[in-house]
Amino acid sequence: MAIYGTALLSVCLLVGLITGKLLGMAIGVDANVGGVGIAMLVLILACDRLHRSGRMQPPTESGIVFWSSIYIPIVVAMAASQNVRGAITGGPVAIAAGVLAVIVCFAMVPMISRIGRRDVPDGEP
Amino acid sequence: MIEVVDSLEAVMTKYSLVTAFAVIGLTVWISYFLSARLTFGRLHGSAIAILIGLVMAYIGGVVTDGTKGIADIEVLAGIGLMGGAMFRDIAIVATAFGVRLEEFLETGLSGVLSLFSGVLVSFAVGGMVAFAFGYRDAVSITTIGGGAATYIVGPVTGTALSASDEVMALSVAAGLVKSILVMTMTPVVAPWIGLDNPRSALIFGGLMGTTSGVAAGLAATDPKLVPYGAMTATFYTGLGCLVGPSIVFLVVRALV
Repeated sequence: MAIYGTALLSVCLLVGLITGKLLGMAIGVDANVGGVGIAMLVLILACDRLHRSGRMQPPTESGIVFWSSIYIPIVVAMAASQNVRGAITGGPVAIAAGVLAVIVCFAMVPMISRIGRRDVPDGEP
Repeated sequence: MIEVVDSLEAVMTKYSLVTAFAVIGLTVWISYFLSARLTFGRLHGSAIAILIGLVMAYIGGVVTDGTKGIADIEVLAGIGLMGGAMFRDIAIVATAFGVRLEEFLETGLSGVLSLFSGVLVSFAVGGMVAFAFGYRDAVSITTIGGGAATYIVGPVTGTALSASDEVMALSVAAGLVKSILVMTMTPVVAPWIGLDNPRSALIFGGLMGTTSGVAAGLAATDPKLVPYGAMTATFYTGLGCLVGPSIVFLVVRALV
């Protein structure tokens, strides 16, 4: 049944968020440290086990796949509820800080991609 | 006639999430139509949808004077729920379904490296901008630097260091500018920075850190990359809140 998949997904998210919260408390930070990331790992591990033991039925999968397939609409709704006016009226300091941080970080993506790829010789596609 | 409008409004407000599904569905449909007919697929439908979303958010902000974009208009409040943290996070986690664990672990070290450099570089850039605009106290410089990380790191750092309200508001605005730019510019710069594989997406998420920016930016670039970027980005804010009021603040205080 589809609800089994959605329930599994929800349990993974809750486990991740609670772990992230506890992790934050442990290091003395008032933020969720990697909760969603941990939830993703738990989901991957759980689905892997269910697949291997043959207990993952197609209807169960559909209860997870539905959520990933409405991901883009959810992101559109998220964009529509951002404080865009606040960003634009933030003044030159806010705009300069935001713009420069984005430019520098964009530029660093290829740099770090190169650093970590030690096992592949240079010039390899 | 007025009764008709009133009852329409009453239904739409009562079933706000359903209204949101309909409005967002229509937005996405229009966006994909425009993408195919006007740009012949060059600009991805989801990128157009996100742009329309941001324009709607701006209009909502101007009309209502609120902070939740279009969701501040009562009949469209459901969009705030649909695009809020709860739905966003369950959908992000769902995108990890079908991803192989090895793909995450292979990038382990560069993922961690990207996280640390992303947080520190953002603090540095934001701090330098603050300095250039005449801020000379370590608390303000660190708080605005935190805003250049994400709009959560800024105020969390500012609260810990008791920054002024004005500086906190600036740091939130800086974070919002960053998040919106990442949403809109990622598909544009993706070919230049090699953002076309899980590895670079993981690094991208760690460097950018704004979950909403990364989530939307990658969705508009290639939805297959979303889980990788989201994975590292989710550790970013926590790391920023950890180093901001501590290490970064001490370094800034030693410098100014």
